[in-house]
Amino acid sequence: MLIERKWKKWVTFYLPMAVFIVFTLFPFYWMAVTALRPDAELYRTWRQASATPFWTLEPTLEHFKGLLQTTAFPHWLWNTMLIAIVSTVISLICGMFAGYALARLKFRGSEFLGTAIFITYLVPQTLLFIPLADIIRDMHLGNTPWALMLTYPTFLIPFCTWLLMGYFKTIPKELEECARIDGATRFGAMVRIIFPVAVPGILSAGIFAFTLSWNEFIYALIFMSSAELKTVPVGVVSELIRGDIFYWGQLMAGALLGSVPVALVYSFFVEYYVTGLTGSVKG
Amino acid sequence: MALPGERVRVSRLIRTLESEKLLATALLTPGVVILALFIAYPFVMALWFSLTSIRVGDVGEFVGLANFAKAWSDTIFQTAFKNTVFYTFWATVFKFSLGMWLALLLNRHFRFKRLIRASMLLPFIVPTVLSAFAWRWMFDPTFSVMNWVLFHSGLITDRLPFLSDGDWAMWCAVLVNTWRGMPFFAITLLAGLQTISPDLHEAAALDGASGWHRFWHVTWPLLLPVTLVVVVFSVIQTFSDFQLIYVLTGGGPANSTHLIATYAYQVGVASGLLGEGAALSLFMFPVLFAVVWFQLRYMKRIEGA
Repeated sequence: MLIERKWKKWVTFYLPMAVFIVFTLFPFYWMAVTALRPDAELYRTWRQASATPFWTLEPTLEHFKGLLQTTAFPHWLWNTMLIAIVSTVISLICGMFAGYALARLKFRGSEFLGTAIFITYLVPQTLLFIPLADIIRDMHLGNTPWALMLTYPTFLIPFCTWLLMGYFKTIPKELEECARIDGATRFGAMVRIIFPVAVPGILSAGIFAFTLSWNEFIYALIFMSSAELKTVPVGVVSELIRGDIFYWGQLMAGALLGSVPVALVYSFFVEYYVTGLTGSVKG
Repeated sequence: MALPGERVRVSRLIRTLESEKLLATALLTPGVVILALFIAYPFVMALWFSLTSIRVGDVGEFVGLANFAKAWSDTIFQTAFKNTVFYTFWATVFKFSLGMWLALLLNRHFRFKRLIRASMLLPFIVPTVLSAFAWRWMFDPTFSVMNWVLFHSGLITDRLPFLSDGDWAMWCAVLVNTWRGMPFFAITLLAGLQTISPDLHEAAALDGASGWHRFWHVTWPLLLPVTLVVVVFSVIQTFSDFQLIYVLTGGGPANSTHLIATYAYQVGVASGLLGEGAALSLFMFPVLFAVVWFQLRYMKRIEGA
């Protein structure tokens, strides 16, 4: 390493780093302050001299109370959790199977299928939402959690398949061959030898898929109409704005509470998440 | 205990699965069925819808390319298309340059590195709709904290029209998109940086290369492959974005900030004109197709090399 002078390090490192940190985290801080601020303090116009603009001296939980008692927020939280978990599990199972087949088995059309799955990976939800809403209605899935549990895998399966295919390829073939010589079937070797070895990859794919489903918005917006069946992002958008009035205290409380579960999952598995994230772009 | 007949059937099943071809078929079926049902089929439907006058409660009739022609001469759509290109271009430029800078900073040794790196990803983890609301609140015309800060530090005398002016609002959307997507660039580029051996930098430094030269001649060529892939992903996501504009401006004021996706939603879902909405969505297809084609070509070349 070259020796740098102190001021130079301040200018090239500490200062930009500090700006990045403030830029990244300030909106979350503002969410929290708004959620805790009483209404009387909240609605002071931009010109007014405010004694404490960046914090509050009278923190209150009234917005959280209002959110949990007068809206269906607890339902939304539960729905989001359930849908994210089920669609992640479905996608992981499909992804593990398909990833194994594409990584290990020789069959005609394997290259074509691999490419096809990669292409579906790049299809955005906003391209197909109009006919998909019709299909969901025809299948009588509209306004049921299954509408989302079955459509979220469309953007999770391709990702899980690609990530796990890459992972399976790094596992030495000899491992499987030994098991096969000992009399294991192909399917048995896959389930008992390959999958356990691939647990870190499966966990990465799962964590990443979970955060993606938690984040999804447009399908949930279109397929779910009853207030109690909505997910957090849709519920916050459609139920916390009554008429033209934004209840900012409750909105920010909802944004905060709606982010906590996914942030918690993330914080426990940061390394796996990062592997999933960086793996998601490796061809 | 399994019955003998059942056991025979199970062992026959296991023997069948020994064939690579049959096992592959069995393993691929669940995923392929879901993707065919909810991606391939809707895609065909979208093509069909876009050629008909279908609306909610009315199957309509075949109208040829009328929906596309109508969109093409629709001034709101023209604005939406321009906005989408503008939004994608500038957001990608900022996400990439700031993300690269952040990655270079995070690649150094400093205290609390893991904590800071983890917290830098938060904007990417938290549901976009929820964080976009926080931004909308910060941009609020009457209660904006940013106006407050700028006013009280004497930088402005009148409030800035963050979301109440179309041009300002597009730049605000670019800012929020950059805020959200920058960590994705930073973390993937950081992963790329960490695979570059420090020996290369030391060798270049010994040869007298300055910091900038080392970046340009050593780091950048090695980062190029991962950069291209990250940019492709980001362009697709940004070009087809919906949530951010839906929350920040809802396409307003006066339809000046629509993206293709939000306008397609307004026409196809809010007004129930399914055919026209599907046609509007499909205008995204050529761009997405070009990007994906480029990506596939590039991957093939890498594999071939």
